[in-house]
Amino acid sequence: MFVKYTKDHEWISINNDIGTIGITDHAQKHLGDIVFVELPNLYKIIAKGDEACVIESVKVASEIYAPVSGEIIEINEILGNTPSIINMDPLYEGWIFKIKMSNTEEINTLMDEIAYRNFTS
Amino acid sequence: MSDAKLKTTPLNHLHRELGATMVAFVDYDMPMQFPLGVLKEHRHTRAKAGLFDVSHMGQVQIYGKDRAKIFETLVPGNIRGLNRGCMRYTQFTNSNGGILDDLIITNAVDHLFVVVNAACKEQDIAIMESAFGEGLKILDNRALLALQGPIAVNVLVNLAPKAANLTFMTGASMDVGGFHCFVTRSGYTGEDGYEISVPAENAECLARELLNYTEVEAIGLGARDSLRLEAGLCLYGQDIDISTSPVEASLLWSIGKHRRKNADFPGASRIQKEIIEGTLRQRVGIKTKGPALARRGCKILDENGNIIGKITSGCFGPSVQSPVAMGYVVREYAAANTVVFLMIRDNLVPANIVKLPFITPGYKR
Repeated sequence: MFVKYTKDHEWISINNDIGTIGITDHAQKHLGDIVFVELPNLYKIIAKGDEACVIESVKVASEIYAPVSGEIIEINEILGNTPSIINMDPLYEGWIFKIKMSNTEEINTLMDEIAYRNFTS
Repeated sequence: MSDAKLKTTPLNHLHRELGATMVAFVDYDMPMQFPLGVLKEHRHTRAKAGLFDVSHMGQVQIYGKDRAKIFETLVPGNIRGLNRGCMRYTQFTNSNGGILDDLIITNAVDHLFVVVNAACKEQDIAIMESAFGEGLKILDNRALLALQGPIAVNVLVNLAPKAANLTFMTGASMDVGGFHCFVTRSGYTGEDGYEISVPAENAECLARELLNYTEVEAIGLGARDSLRLEAGLCLYGQDIDISTSPVEASLLWSIGKHRRKNADFPGASRIQKEIIEGTLRQRVGIKTKGPALARRGCKILDENGNIIGKITSGCFGPSVQSPVAMGYVVREYAAANTVVFLMIRDNLVPANIVKLPFITPGYKR
């Protein structure tokens, strides 16, 4: 299992062809208090770069894009009632959805942790 | 990080020291939020007391004979009827009855004290300059602090015992912590509280003194917006502008009774007509059923899918614990409890027209 990052501040943790997606600590700090997550539809087929779902803070709505192509196979239902989990634990409990990748090659276009750290500093 | 072109308030240094996230607001470098964050800042203000820097707003004094009478040629509010120490919310209107800005006028005994929006400052000063000439004194050497919340009075009386004597929408000159200030019991949060006009050179010292109280937290513009929206108060440029009349904006209460009859203010003919015949559209409060948030620009539809209006402000209401919004709908749909639909991204979300405000105000009348 390893983690990659996008320029839109999503992380994707990869286990074989399953990717778990959330937003980075940098992103949650920037957004501020998250009050609503519009979760994606289960079993939706989505292409890399498509809007997957929307996260709303008090002030602003922000789109979450799919870092890779595939089928959405699981969503973090807890976020429906407790969206603030993303603020508290963006990298673990605050995961948003899981995707079954249709093209694992796409991972190579994403940043590793060092590259992402440089990107945000 | 600071943008060289942005103006700063006398509290800029303090905001940065407190760890504020700064944003460009109008042309000022202002705190969007402090480390507490918008939700907690909002709730803290409703529970205890919040300190806001609103020094970007325009403050002027108006001297001279007939100042109240002349002011009534610019606004539809009853200014001549303003008792000593009393203040009133009104609007500058244009000849079409559109709102040029909203403002608050206080009868400060030997002058009128006026506070206008930062974004409209130059326009408003030009309007007042042509009406009052030498009688207009621009207070660009003053900061404006707002101390808002149920505990605001308990804090402020320690520094200004006379502040306890003020009731909602009254003001007076007084010493606050030894500084000569003009204090009003007013605000933009729906809570009891004060606005303190303080000399710029004393502003940081006074702010630090207020923040020394454990009940007082520094609050940014983010929470200021969610607080005012829950309180049903308009934001100029968003909920009201040059295209909206005070009647459409549901601000009829702010138009003096005699003024309606005499129709001697800019745009009186449209406003009079709207009072008699009704408006085409009306500003209303809107609450979605469910957690989806309606933001500014979101379309409002009837049960048949016809567009009947638009959201002008929307956010999550931290005290109401649900989304809150306001906007304009055609008059037939403006009654409380009417069911409408909001187009939020690609989803139609049912919503109710509700009475404003969303919270019970804490004003001390």
